[in-house]
Amino acid sequence: MKNNSKAVRYNKWGYIFLMPFIIVYVVFQLIPMATTIYNSFFENYMSGLNQIGPNFVGFDNYVKLFSSGDIWIYAKNTMILWIMCFIPQIFLSLLLGAWFSDVRLKLKGARFFKTVMYLPNLIMASAFSMLFFTLFSDGGPINSILMQIGIIDTPYKFLSNVGSTRGLIAFMNCLMWFGNTTILLMAGMMGIDTSLFEAAEVDGATSTQVFFRITLPLLRPILVYVMITSLIGGLQLFDVPQILTNGTGDPMRSTMTLIMFLNKHLYSKNYGMAGALSVVLFIITAILSLIIFKVTGNDKRKG
Amino acid sequence: MIGMENKNQEMAKGLSIHARRAIAYVVLVIVTFFCLFWFYVLFINATRSNGELQSGFSAIPSTNLIKNWTNLVNGTLPIWSGLLNSLIIATASAALCVYFSTMTAYAIHAYEFKAKRVIYTFILMIMMIPTQVTALGFVQLVSKMKLENSFIPLIVPSIAVPVTFFYMKQYMESSLPLSLIEAARIDGSGEFRTFNTIVLPLMKPAIAVQAIFTFVSSWNNYFTPALILHDDKKKTLPILIAQLRSADWLKFDMGQVYVMIAFSIFPVIVVYLILSKHIVQGVALGSVKG
Repeated sequence: MKNNSKAVRYNKWGYIFLMPFIIVYVVFQLIPMATTIYNSFFENYMSGLNQIGPNFVGFDNYVKLFSSGDIWIYAKNTMILWIMCFIPQIFLSLLLGAWFSDVRLKLKGARFFKTVMYLPNLIMASAFSMLFFTLFSDGGPINSILMQIGIIDTPYKFLSNVGSTRGLIAFMNCLMWFGNTTILLMAGMMGIDTSLFEAAEVDGATSTQVFFRITLPLLRPILVYVMITSLIGGLQLFDVPQILTNGTGDPMRSTMTLIMFLNKHLYSKNYGMAGALSVVLFIITAILSLIIFKVTGNDKRKG
Repeated sequence: MIGMENKNQEMAKGLSIHARRAIAYVVLVIVTFFCLFWFYVLFINATRSNGELQSGFSAIPSTNLIKNWTNLVNGTLPIWSGLLNSLIIATASAALCVYFSTMTAYAIHAYEFKAKRVIYTFILMIMMIPTQVTALGFVQLVSKMKLENSFIPLIVPSIAVPVTFFYMKQYMESSLPLSLIEAARIDGSGEFRTFNTIVLPLMKPAIAVQAIFTFVSSWNNYFTPALILHDDKKKTLPILIAQLRSADWLKFDMGQVYVMIAFSIFPVIVVYLILSKHIVQGVALGSVKG
C-alpha cells in the first residue's frame, strides 16, 4: 500500500518531464497542422494588390489542385528524381555493405571509407548545390576539364538539358545519402548471426549465393525501412533543386518538385492552395509512416 | 584424394578472393574520389582570382585566398552576421534539443503512468512527418505571434524533435539501469536533481552524437529560416547562399563566390573530421534520420 502511493508520487514526474515536449509540440506542430488543414478549405490569395478571401469554398482548392495538372507534373518530377537517386544508391550501398561485412574479404580501412562516405551527408545542401551550379556552369571547371582532356570541343550546357539537370540533382542527392544507407545496411548485415555464414561456407556456398540466399532475405525489414524513409526524404526534396535552378525548376519545369511548388505558393501567399497541397503531402507521408511503423514498430529491433 | 580436392577448391576460392578484393578496392577508390573531388576543386578555386578562374581549371592552388576573402567580407553580403546568426540558432537548437529530448525520453523510460503507452505510440507515429507540411500554419502562427525576424521560432521547436527523443530512448534502454535511479531515490535525491546530476552525465555519449546531428541539421536548414527571416541582419548562411545564387552571378567575382561556399562548408567538415568516429557510430546506432 505504502509502496503503491510512493510509486504514484514519483510517477507524476513522468507527466512533469513530458510537459516541455508536449507544450512545444502542440504549439509549434499541432496548431500549425490544424490551421494548415483549416486554410485548405478557404479561398485566400492575392490577385495583384487585391486580397481575395478568405472565403469558405469547401473542397474547391483540392479540385483545383488536381485538375490544373501542375501537381501531376511536379509529382512526376519528384518521383523521377527520387528513383534516379535511389536505385544507384541502394545498389552501391548493398554492394559496399556486403563487401565490408564479408569476413573472407577482410577489407582494410573500413573506418576511413565510412568517414569519407558519410561526409557529403553533413554538407549544407544549399551550399553543395551552389557549388555544383558553379562547377557545372557553361564556363565552369568541369567543362574546362572535359575540354582539356579532349572529351568535348564546346562547353556542354549541363543546366539547359532536362537529362543532365535531373542527373545532377539525383547525383548530388545520391552522394549525400548513400553513405547513410551504407552504414545502416552494414549495421544490419553485421547483426546477422555469423554461424549462418559459417554453415554456408562449410556447405561450399559462393559469396554470391550467400548474399542472395542469406543476407538479402534477412535484411528485408531494414531494406523496407531504408526504402520508405528514403521515399519520405525524396518527397521533401527542396534545397538542391531550388538552389541549382534558382527556384525556377528549369529547364521547362522539369526539376520542379512538390515542396518547391509549396514554397512558391507560400511566397505568393496563396494560402488556400498551399494548404491543400500540404494536406495532400501530409496524407502521403502519414501512409508511408504507418508502413514503417508496422514494419519496425512492434519488434525491438533498432531502426 | 579428398585432401587434394579441398586444396584445389581453396586455391580457386583464394584466387577469386584476391580478384574480388582488388575490385572492391578499385570501386572504393572511385567512390572516395567522387566524395572528395568537389571539395578539392572548391578549395583550389577559392584560392584563385576571378581572372585565373575565367581562364580555365587548374589543379594547383593559387595565392588569392586572402584577397578573395577580404573582397567578400567587404562586399554586400552580411557574412559575419550570417555566420553569427547561424551559430546562435544552431547552438541554441542543439542545446535545447538534447536536453529536452533526454528529459522526454527519461519520462517515458523511468516512470509508469496512465498515458505513457498512448504518448509513446503517438510520438513514434509522428516521427516521420516532415516539418514542411505544417509550414503554412507555422508561418501564420509566427506572424500572429509577431515573431518574424526572430530566432525564437527557429530555436524553441527543437525542444520537441521526435527523432532525437527516439534515439535517447533507445540509448536509455541499453545503458540506463532503473536500479540506479532507485538508489538515488533512497539516498534522498529529488527527481529533478536525479535527472540533472545522474541521468544526464550517463547519457553523455548519446547527447554528444545528437548535439552534433541537431547542430548540423539546423546549420544546414534553408526552408524554414527562409520563410521566417527577411531582415538582412537576421539572415543565416543558407539564405545568403540562395541570395548569392539569385544575384546575377556572372557579374560576380567568382573567387568570392567560391570563398563564400567554402566558408559555409569547411567548418562543418573540420568538426566532422575531428569527431567522425562518434558520428559514424551514432548513425548506425539509432538512426532514423531519413
